[in-house]
This record gives sequence, structure tokens and C-alpha cells, in this order.
Amino acid sequence: MTLPLGYFGMQAGYEVQAAQGGAGEAFEPFLPGLVILLPLLGFLLNGALALAASRRSADAVRGGGELDFFHGKERPLTHVLPTWIGPGVIGLAFVIVLVNFFRMLGADLQEPIVRTYWTWMATGTLQVDAALQLDQLSMVMMLVVTGVSFLIHIFSVGYMGQDQGYPRYFAYLNLFVFFMLTLVMGANFLVLFVGWEGVGFCSYILIGYWFSDREKADAGKKAFIVNRIGDFGFLVAMFFIYTAFGTLNFTGVFDAAPSTLVYGGGLVTAITLLLLLGATGKSAQIPLYVWLPDAMAGPTPVSALIHAATMVTAGVYMVARTSVLFALAPVGGLSVALIGAATALVAATIGLAQYDIKKVLAYSTISQLGFMFIGVGVGAYAAGIFHLMTHAFFKALLFLGSGAVIHAMHHALHHTHNHADPQDMRNMGGLKKFMPVTWIVMWIATLAIAGIWPFAGFFSKDEIIWYAGARAAGTYGAWFTLIWIVALATAMITAVYMTRLMIMTFHGANRTGREEARHLHEAPWVMTIPLMILAVLSVFGGWVNVPQDIAESFMGGFGLLPMTEWLHEWLYPVVGVAKGIQVANAGDFSHYSPAGGGEFTWALMSTLAALVVVLISARVVGAFKIRPASESPEPTGVKKVLFKKYYVDEIYDGLVVQPILKASRFAWKVIDAGVVDGIANGLGHTARAMGWFGSLFQTGSVNTYALFLAIGVLVILGVIAF
Amino acid sequence: MLTEALVVSAVLFVVGTFGVLVRRNAIIMFLCIELQLNAANLAFVAFSRHLGIDGQIFVFFVMTVAAAEAAVGLAIIIAIFRHYQTVSVDNFNLLKW
Repeated sequence: MTLPLGYFGMQAGYEVQAAQGGAGEAFEPFLPGLVILLPLLGFLLNGALALAASRRSADAVRGGGELDFFHGKERPLTHVLPTWIGPGVIGLAFVIVLVNFFRMLGADLQEPIVRTYWTWMATGTLQVDAALQLDQLSMVMMLVVTGVSFLIHIFSVGYMGQDQGYPRYFAYLNLFVFFMLTLVMGANFLVLFVGWEGVGFCSYILIGYWFSDREKADAGKKAFIVNRIGDFGFLVAMFFIYTAFGTLNFTGVFDAAPSTLVYGGGLVTAITLLLLLGATGKSAQIPLYVWLPDAMAGPTPVSALIHAATMVTAGVYMVARTSVLFALAPVGGLSVALIGAATALVAATIGLAQYDIKKVLAYSTISQLGFMFIGVGVGAYAAGIFHLMTHAFFKALLFLGSGAVIHAMHHALHHTHNHADPQDMRNMGGLKKFMPVTWIVMWIATLAIAGIWPFAGFFSKDEIIWYAGARAAGTYGAWFTLIWIVALATAMITAVYMTRLMIMTFHGANRTGREEARHLHEAPWVMTIPLMILAVLSVFGGWVNVPQDIAESFMGGFGLLPMTEWLHEWLYPVVGVAKGIQVANAGDFSHYSPAGGGEFTWALMSTLAALVVVLISARVVGAFKIRPASESPEPTGVKKVLFKKYYVDEIYDGLVVQPILKASRFAWKVIDAGVVDGIANGLGHTARAMGWFGSLFQTGSVNTYALFLAIGVLVILGVIAF
Repeated sequence: MLTEALVVSAVLFVVGTFGVLVRRNAIIMFLCIELQLNAANLAFVAFSRHLGIDGQIFVFFVMTVAAAEAAVGLAIIIAIFRHYQTVSVDNFNLLKW
């Protein structure tokens, strides 16, 4: 980092612009509203088709026919149109984003462009607008979201083509993209929150997409409920922000923050910690990560889109978006990095012992999200977003590749009526012969995620680790050293579990069974083409942000790469203020290494180490005698602890779920049925008992009444007399 | 003189009250009520010697009302007797709830 840094973003920003040497014309957004409206339109159209299709299948069942009414016959219109509408609207949105991107490239944009459409709510001093914000950060996110979504939509055409709920699937997927774009384009916390909740809801309906399966429906519920805990933190953080600033607009809050809030003060620390709680829920970090592995119950393209590439990175985006606040709260930033480091390590170790191919990728995603948290936590916001972007490429590729594998396995097992698990890697093996394209692209993604030069993951992961180490020179240095060591170790573990996945899936002897192997086939082109595009991005995606030191060495082609430090400079207008605050208060340590050596040395060492780890684990795993799942013994010892995910689900069940269930049952049986109903019923019973007692005096006999009368008279006379 | 009259009146009244409370025959109870009324009448008359004519006038009112009451009451008793073939008040316990 050799950028001139000033305390105030404005000044710093101008200096950067001068350094770049050319001030373009003003940025003119091109139909920004249409970007989010197109997916919504797609949702409405596909939703209408889904309703029509479900009515037809209901009619078919009522008429005594098959639910699977289009099987064998020509596909009805309700299943043909979504193929074009679903990916089509996302493709159009992507084109509009691209137009905006190139306009922004040529323009001189220092302040975000805010488009206010209408006043959403105005109560007292609080005014919230339905407004969209375009700046460099939201532009990167929009590119990633629409671009990766588009590819995954195309892949889905092949993957979900035979599914009963095809139009419904695309309706949900479009709705998700709509909310995700709302999230990244919102100009205030509340619009962001709408997107935040919206993607959570879409995640819920897509995890439970095959809702007739109880387990899958429960996985959806788990994701939703765990996310609610995080959302609570986000909401309270918003209340604090409103109390402190009187507004929820990003521009208003971030402009006022450096002067309003005290550096390291209690208020800003509370706000950032609450925001962090929100981020841990959405981005599956400790302690709220448990929903993501279960979320693999959804269709694989959904896992790729929502639970790897886009939605789960919302927490990282949010931290980068509120970077000014996190820079003002060193404890908040440190907490983000610590949680990220702990999550990265824990999830990576769990990933070592899973057999379900999607579970490995799920824990890998959690681990990589941990890396992003380290990045934005140590103040390397651009590096965090950089890793978000490259991760979106290679993790989407890995998930889609696993989808192609599962697709092939499913078909092979289906043909032979075998009930083995198509996702269990012990049942695979030797698939490279049957699926060469998938095999190659998956290896590219594996090398990318393992951080091997020159693949995308190398540059982004290395940068995060470098900045984590650099902070070791400043305050809380010991903590940052620890984070640095954990990140380095996790990077190596990443290489191990990914190599294990590849070897178990594609190499060695085929374990599907002879008859099944005859039905194994490569995925259709509609699925392999997105894989190839993502593979290209996984190779070259990292080249947009090669650090200066590395770019000038052989690893950067001796300075030939045209986009050296590009993303840093691109994001500078957004995160520069935060960077300035951090440098002014904690010092600039971006050239420090806790163990000596320059950035290039460490990068070279880490890539060589990762390469060695890949080769060793390939040999080790390849030497294992792997047997199909039905013949494998139960894992034992450490392996069992890892396989059982450190028993975290069981611990949560015992510590949280069961106590809440018990407390609820107590509230139901004892407090509601006992106390509350008891009081209400008791009043009634008392009234009845008193009435019964009073009725005893009414015998119907005249003599009794006369006696009471006489007694009454005597009493009155007695009172008067004495 | 007044004292003796009031003592007789009180005795009569207590006898009447006691009769109403303990007897079960409707006719007897009716007689006892008359006894109470006449005890009151006796007290009125006794006081009127000292306090003026008002008490004696009131006695006539009471006798008139008692006569009317006797007519109505006896009619009711006859109606009840025709229904139950008895005039014991133990059987007339519908006057409740």
C-alpha cells in the first residue's frame, strides 16, 4: 500500500485521484432502479407460471393421473418459459450493471450517487427513504451478484430441468437476486435490512425447496431461526445508530461518525459488536455458523449461489460498508478478526473429516468466510472484499462442479435403483474418466482456494494474511499475531481438505459399482459452460488486485499486469476514510511482518507450502484404501470428533434448544395452563361456590324466610338500641 | 296502666312470631300473623291514651288491611289446598332461586 492517506476521506480521495492522473467526467448512472426491478419482474412472471403449473398438476392428480404430468410428453409452457425468463432477467440486469460499471470506470466518483425514489417512512425526526446507492463497493457487489447469479441460473436450467417445481424454483431464485441487490444497493441501513431479511427468507424457502422431505424443511427452519438471533443484533445496532446520529442514511452516518463518535468509545464499540452479531448470523461465523452445513439440503445451485457466493458474504459486505464505524472501534474490529480466525480454523478442521461432498464445501465456505472476516476485521477492507469476490468465483465453481458430480451420481444410481447416497464421496472415486470437464475445472478451483499461484485465491488470501500479520506491530499486537498464525495454518488445512475431496471424488478406483459406472456421464453443456466461465474467473480473477511488491516480481510478470492494486484504488473512495482513521489512531503497519521478510517472500513461501501440502495430501489420501459408505467402519478417535463436528450441534441442542424447549413447556404447562388459566378458572369457581352457598339460605320454605326476617329485625333493633 | 298493656302486647307479638316460625299449618300461621297485627293494635291503642287520637285511627287502618289480607290469604290457601290436598307449608317450597 503506497497510497497517500489522510484522516479525512475527502482530502485523501482527491490525492488518490490526482495520483491516478486523470479526472473523468461526472458519473451518470444508467437505470439503476431497473437492475433490481428486473429480477423482481422475473419473480412475478415465474411465480405466475409456478401457480399455473401447480394448478395443472393438482388437476392431474385429482383426475387420477401422475403428479409428474410432463414426464415423457412434450414439456408444457410453464416449464419452457422459466428457462428463458429466469436467467434472462438476471442476464439483462448484469448487462445494465456492466454499463454502469464502465461508466463508473471512466468517471471521477468520490461521493456515492444516491437515488431517492420515495419517502418510505417519516415519523418525527426519523425519515427513511426508499433510496439506492451507487458507489465503488456496491458496484463490485452488484457485478459479483448479477454475474455469478447469471451463471448459476444457466447451470440450474440443466440441473433442475427434470424437477417438478421448475418454475417455482426460478421464481424463488429471481426473488433472491432481487433481495440481494436491494441489500448491496440500499442507501440506508433500513433498506439494507430489507434486503438482509429478504435474502434470509429466500434462503429459507430454497433450503426447504423440497419441503415434503421433513429433514429439509427442518434445515430451512434452522437457518431462519439462527439468522433471527443475528438479526436481533443488527436491529439493536440500528437503534443505537439512530440514537447517535438521528439518521440511518449511509452518507449521513459515515460523514458524521469521525466527529460524533469517540475513537474506541463505548457507544461505537457497542454498535460494532452488535453489527458483528448480525454478521455472524448471516455469514455463518462462530457462534451462529451451525445453520450453513444443514443448508446444504437445498438444491446444489442454491448452495452455490446463496450459501457460498452471495448471501453469506452479506456480513462481510456490511462490515466493509460500515468500515468507518469499525475503524473507530478497535475492539470491534479485533473481535471481527478473532471470530473470523476461530471460525476459519474450526470449520477447516471439521471439513477434514466429512464424507458428504457438499458438507466439505459447506465447511470450506464457513472457513473462507472466516478469512474474509479476518480481512475486514484487521482493517484490510479492500482485501476482504477482494477475497469475497475471488471466493464467489471458485466456491461457486466448486459447488456447481459438485452439483454436476451429484447429478451424474444421482442418475447412475437412479438407473440401477441403487439407494446409496449420491453425495457421499466414499461412493464416488475415479470420476475423472467419466467427467473430464468437471474434473479439470474442479482442480482449478481447488488450486485457487488452496492459494496456489497464479490462481485467484492466492492473491486474495495472501493479502488478508499479510495485513493480519502487519497489525501485529500495533495495539493488541499479540492477538493479531495469533490471528496471523491461525490464518496461515488454516490456509494449509484448506489445501488438505480440498485435495482430499478431489482425490476421493475423481481419482483412485471407481466405487460406484460396475453397473452404475456405465450410467455415469458428463453434465450437459448448459451446465459445463458456466463451469468453464467460472474456471476462467478462478484463474484470472485475482489479477485485478496484485500487490505492488508481488507485481514487480516474477509472480506478477515483473510489473506487466495492468491492474496492479486496482481493487484497492477502486474501493479507496469508500473505505479510505476508515483506513485514514485507522492509520491516524493505530498507525500504518502495512509493511510490517511479525516474522520478518517482505510481502513477496511470504507470498512465495505460502504458495510453495500450499503446493507441497497439496502434493503430500494427494499422495496420502490416494494411498488410503477407501471403501463405499455401506462397507466403511464408523470413524473413531479424533476423526470421530471431527466427523461429528466437535459435537457443536449436540452441545447447542443441550445448552440452548432443550432448555428453551423445557422453558417453553414450563411456560405452557405451568404458567399458562396452571397459573393463568388457574386464576381465570378460579374466579369462576369461586363465584359459583359463593352462589351455591348463598342458595342454601333459599329453602323455599316460608318459615325460614320469616325466621331470617325476624333475625334481621332483631339485629336492626339491637343496633338501634345499643 | 300503659306498662301492663305494652307487656300484654309484647307477649302477644312474641307468641304470634313464634307461631309463624314454628307452625307448619298455613291456617295456624295465618292466625299467628293476625295475632301479631293485633298485638300492634293493642300497643297503638295503649299509646293513644297519652299521645292523642292518631293511634286509634291507625288501628282502624290496620283492621281494614287485615280484613283484606285475610280475604286474599284464605283464597290462596284454598287454592293451594285444592292443588295439594293439604295446607302444610312444607309442601310449598317453590319460592326459591
